[in-house]
Amino acid sequence: MQLEQDELLQVYFFMRLTRALEDRTRTLFLQGRVVGGVYTAQGHEATSVGAAMTLRPDDFIVPQHRDLGMHLVRGTTPRAIMGQWLARGNSPSLGRDGQLHIGDVHHGVIPSISMLGESLPVACGIGLTMKMRKRSTIVLAPCGDGATSTGPFHEALNFAAVQKLPIVFLVENNGYAYSTPNEKEFSLQNLSDRALAYGITGESVDGNDVLAVMETVGRAVAHVREGKGPALVESKTFRVRGHSEADRADYVPQALREAWLAKDPIQHFETYLSEQGILDASQKKAVEARVKAAIDDAVSFNEHSPAPDEATVADYLFAPDGLIAIIGEAGADDPSYVNALDRRTGQPYTSAQQVEEAVTRR
Amino acid sequence: MNTIVETKVTYLEAISQAMREEMRRDEAVFLIGEDVGTYGGAFKVSAGLQAEFGPERVIDAPMSEAAIIGSAVGAAMMGMRPIAEMQFIDFITCGFDQIVNMASKMYWRSGIPLPLVIRGPSGGGTHGGPFHSVSPEAWFFHVPGIKIVAPATAYDAKGLLKAAIRDNNPVLYLEHKYLYRLPELRETLPEGDYIVPIGQALVRREGEDMTILTYGAMVHQCLKAAQALEEADDLSVEVVDLRSLAPLDRQTIIASVKRTNKVLIVHEDTLTGGIGAELAAVLAQDVFEYLDGPITRVAAPDVPFPYAPSLEEAYLPNADKILAAARVLAAY
Repeated sequence: MQLEQDELLQVYFFMRLTRALEDRTRTLFLQGRVVGGVYTAQGHEATSVGAAMTLRPDDFIVPQHRDLGMHLVRGTTPRAIMGQWLARGNSPSLGRDGQLHIGDVHHGVIPSISMLGESLPVACGIGLTMKMRKRSTIVLAPCGDGATSTGPFHEALNFAAVQKLPIVFLVENNGYAYSTPNEKEFSLQNLSDRALAYGITGESVDGNDVLAVMETVGRAVAHVREGKGPALVESKTFRVRGHSEADRADYVPQALREAWLAKDPIQHFETYLSEQGILDASQKKAVEARVKAAIDDAVSFNEHSPAPDEATVADYLFAPDGLIAIIGEAGADDPSYVNALDRRTGQPYTSAQQVEEAVTRR
Repeated sequence: MNTIVETKVTYLEAISQAMREEMRRDEAVFLIGEDVGTYGGAFKVSAGLQAEFGPERVIDAPMSEAAIIGSAVGAAMMGMRPIAEMQFIDFITCGFDQIVNMASKMYWRSGIPLPLVIRGPSGGGTHGGPFHSVSPEAWFFHVPGIKIVAPATAYDAKGLLKAAIRDNNPVLYLEHKYLYRLPELRETLPEGDYIVPIGQALVRREGEDMTILTYGAMVHQCLKAAQALEEADDLSVEVVDLRSLAPLDRQTIIASVKRTNKVLIVHEDTLTGGIGAELAAVLAQDVFEYLDGPITRVAAPDVPFPYAPSLEEAYLPNADKILAAARVLAAY
């Protein structure tokens, strides 16, 4: 796969942004400015960014809690992410929910919940709609190794296979479901072998090698887009930190963690880019400055944003009456449709924006 | 040879008509469930729909309630109007998470509307035993963000289903399978399009001495009891058919009890923590000064639904049991 230099630099930027945004979130948590549970995904950047880079602008993602990179590539803004963590009244969930549990159907992003695995049947509904409406778009539906043990994982893959739905299921196998290691989760060498059971195509890839991820997921995307039914990709990676920031992850053998740290996806890609003469010191500095500026802006914007209005605590339960647009079809953004705007506020949805650089030319 | 054109339809045919007419009216409407297509559904509620609308809008799904409801949630987020059928409403437990965590909180936390209907045969009286007879309403009544309707007549079955399909929120539509083909429920429905608005109760029978609050198949048992009380005891009993359980029509309920000063609550579901418990709490708080007797409930005992016909009869409320409770209440 031949990628142009600026696309490679884009990939690098999103990987750096993902890591840095999580680092800043952790700092805010340690300072007591972010409350509750904080879940990060150091080590996943090649998988989440690389997989999302293979999509077209009109495709959909159904990201989970370790998919910040996927969100950012698809246009979820650092401001929206930080608003969630800081529980701002103008965050996408209006302070109702935290984490990465946000989405915007107009930008192809479906919000997740904490019951892992349950987003996969929802991804089937997105794919089913694409099939019914005869579109060439596809869905990228990631989950962790933990979620592969749930019933909805099986139901979704089986249903998608039977219906030949346009979905790439991406298992981000990071070695542990919280503290439970792979060998206590399943008795397979490769989770992609599960594809056999559903009669679909399956492949495993080194999840710390962003170019390999893009190539493998890209192959799955092409297969699915041709109408051949769903595909399963296992991306083998490692969760360097704990399940949450409350978890020291001392159940992980030190040697194992060190072995994976030596395969850090960002470091790995950076070395590659340098060796290829694509990234020099000044370009690296420029990327770092862009990343820092984006995060500073996100934090500053949200620190100047209001807390949720307590008087609204019982509000927003039901959507109003009126016509609903079918998302992705002509005129769906006509404000007369109930789902063209966020009717809780009467304003456009705020989690994503069309970022030119966030979409590839595929 | 003359053919007799039967213009009266059953409760089941009314449900079927509602789906057919809505699917004709709006291409976003589709049906997904087990055996709903080629076979026409376990009770034949969707008979003929796949022939008319094709396998992509009447989808035969594998035995996967989480996939059925989850797919419906995903499609609804895209602006489709799915109807997810549970073959028996008992099986809704297999898709519980999709309803209480995924669907019910979606608009509240994301602003994305979810025009979704989940429907299926509920209730007992058909010798279904512990896994084919449940009244699941209380499980979902406690969950904010879900509307629940339970029609008692063919007219309401059609009108409420149309309203549910057109609603922009998750609606749990509980059709009572005992009523599906009950001959006395056959009625002539309006020729034109109509809906029964969600959230509006209906006074089925007016009365002065007592209000009975009920819904679903129990409406008919309550009407029988009310008739008997009038004939034998000279009591004038008002019967309010709730029709919608969430949201409750508090206005109609409160107005009726304020007028009659006594209230009997009847449901087929088990007693503890049922819809009746909430109705009793609402009335105790809002009309306490109007009550001339204890808020009384008639419901199934707090045990699972039994199979043997004699046990089923002992288990389910009926006109006689309602009559007996009403007499005790009337004596206050």
